[in-house]
Amino acid sequence: MSVTLDRPPREIARGSTPSPPPWWRGRKAQGWLYATPTALIVGVLFVVPLILVVWMSLHRWPLLGGATFNAPDNYTKITDNPLFLDSVFFTLKYTVIVTVLLSATALGLALLVQERRPGVGFFRTAFFLPGAVGFAAAALLFYGMLNNDFGPIDPILQTLGITDEPVKWIGSPDAALFSTIALVLWRFAGFNMLILLTGLQAIPVEVYEAARSDGANRWQIFTRITLPLLRPTIALMLILSVTGSLLAFDQFFIFTNGGPDNSTVSMVMVVYREAFFRFDLGGAAAISVVLLLALVALNVLQMRVLRRSQ
Amino acid sequence: MTPRSPRRRLAGVALLALAAVTACGGGGQQDAKAADQGVTITMWTRAATQAQSERLVAAYNNSHKNQVKLTVIPTDNYQPRIASAAGARQLPDVFAADVIFVPNYTSQGLFLDVTDRVNKLPFKDSLAPSHMKLGTREGRLHTLPHTLDLSVWFWNKDLYAKAGLDPEKGPTTLKEFAEQATAVDEKLGKDGKVHGTFFGGNCGGCYVFTFWPSVWAAGGQVMNAEGTASLNDQAPMTDVFKVYRDLYAKGVTGPTAKEEQGPTWTGFFPKGEIGVMPMPSTTLGTMPADMKIGVAPIAGPDGGESTFVGGDSIGISATSEHADAAWEFLAWTVSDEAQVEVMAKNKDVLARTDLSGNKYSSADPRVVLINSLVAKGQTPYAPRFGETFNDPQGPWLRLAREAVFGDAAKLPQLNADINKSLQQ
Repeated sequence: MSVTLDRPPREIARGSTPSPPPWWRGRKAQGWLYATPTALIVGVLFVVPLILVVWMSLHRWPLLGGATFNAPDNYTKITDNPLFLDSVFFTLKYTVIVTVLLSATALGLALLVQERRPGVGFFRTAFFLPGAVGFAAAALLFYGMLNNDFGPIDPILQTLGITDEPVKWIGSPDAALFSTIALVLWRFAGFNMLILLTGLQAIPVEVYEAARSDGANRWQIFTRITLPLLRPTIALMLILSVTGSLLAFDQFFIFTNGGPDNSTVSMVMVVYREAFFRFDLGGAAAISVVLLLALVALNVLQMRVLRRSQ
Repeated sequence: MTPRSPRRRLAGVALLALAAVTACGGGGQQDAKAADQGVTITMWTRAATQAQSERLVAAYNNSHKNQVKLTVIPTDNYQPRIASAAGARQLPDVFAADVIFVPNYTSQGLFLDVTDRVNKLPFKDSLAPSHMKLGTREGRLHTLPHTLDLSVWFWNKDLYAKAGLDPEKGPTTLKEFAEQATAVDEKLGKDGKVHGTFFGGNCGGCYVFTFWPSVWAAGGQVMNAEGTASLNDQAPMTDVFKVYRDLYAKGVTGPTAKEEQGPTWTGFFPKGEIGVMPMPSTTLGTMPADMKIGVAPIAGPDGGESTFVGGDSIGISATSEHADAAWEFLAWTVSDEAQVEVMAKNKDVLARTDLSGNKYSSADPRVVLINSLVAKGQTPYAPRFGETFNDPQGPWLRLAREAVFGDAAKLPQLNADINKSLQQ
């Protein structure tokens, strides 16, 4: 059996302990070294693109050819874009509705399948299954199902006597919004249920047993034990839901195409339009930066509320 | 949206300069033949004109050392793909584009200047004039016509006969069109499966393709020549809107016309569900073989005839490293051989007006009629066409929908939005 030494034999022979260079001595330096690979990945994949987007937003940036500095034009003209201003209002409205409905639905589903009993595995899987469908595919699926010409939903509703004629699922602004919300609920309720389920199962059984032995009823257990202890998990779900809703794109782009009459245009759709229909890459970058700052501010606010509550 | 470093930009400029020098040095079919040296070039086309592009590429690859590797991209996603590829300097060697986007692409410098090469083609004066016009910027030529797609009225002869109409006599005015559509709907539409007509009521591109020819046929215009001022709030456009508005209000159109976003608007006619409607000429070859179809030029309210000369133009991308080989392919696509033995043989519209009376076309009078419309029709020119008229979030779709389904009194205000978009 051989032993491999990483120190020179002469030093060992002299019995001296080699001293590391001064920059290596501190624990901080070691920490930095350990963090370097991750820092590099974060830098290359996240920080550099962010800096480039900010840089782009300060220039007139054609598809081919050199960029010209034009700050702050790309930012000042954002307020002249009525489509973007409308999209801000619409996206906020959509975010509020989706977040409330999604949270309630996900919590309801999680409570339904919280306890281990026969068959619960099937329901957990069934609820989560839509989460495995790609969002674009889900949007196309709903487009097909709700299509007035070839979709199966209208004939089913008419056969059951629920409706007399085909429902214009995306034919009016309100119908288009709520059809899209139905799509989002179908797609994400199971995923959010899973998040809440992990939170629910992290609550010690002893706490529930103690509450029951103290005579607490189901409602008291839910409001005084389950909800308070679930708060960090709910907060995480809210952050994901709010951020995802503010960045909504696929569902509107594929399902409603922003219509009818621009009634379902989200903020990211405006970014897409500026970049790929109007070829105004600098303007699109400026809107992206504004959206990014708003999201960072909102997430910081949410995190502070969460920490305070903890 | 990948930003470029100064060094890469310099390299790009050098490449452009090299390509331009190469372009100036070459030209003509003889030089093009000399460029058939076994080079593989890449090409993109959109799904809407995929069949014609595939036929051309297959025939070319079978007869040349050079090879073309074709990529078909979904139509709705085509413009964004071009934009992102250009930003990353990853455009293919040649790419076809919906002809109405070409002025914008040339203004962005995406296509190589091929003026000298085109001028050496012996048949350059017979290349589809409207396509050539849109590929010209400041007197320099950048594209060739690739596939042509014209808007024409199709009528279902069986449905006409059942409705008591003369199956051999299609509409010659927009008013007759409305009368015949109404007759089919009243006689055959009771079960809700057959409708008089159909159009894409939530699709900006569908409106321009099918409504504007009626304006041109009536002697009117939809924009000024520079493509910077819209005339869509004035007659004869408002007369045309009124005809379709009445048809929708009376329920003569399919019930989903108002919601139709574009992808399925041509799907109802081949099923035998529509009496008469404007259709792309390229769909003639894809219709059921046993379906009896009449074809007529689109007319104005009181007569005339015109068409929207759509389809794709094709050019060499400014970043191509194989400009000679790319031109060799492009020049071949408009040659007699390709136009007659590939395009005409498959009932496609020809890119050259001098070949319209060829041996294949003359076998089908409908194809002869369609080919004859190339010189009569128009392709609207506007550098900001896509974002104004095609984009679902553009101002045109709002105007058209108000005019057909909503409050027509809003037209002047909405037309001002179109002007603003065109002038940006």
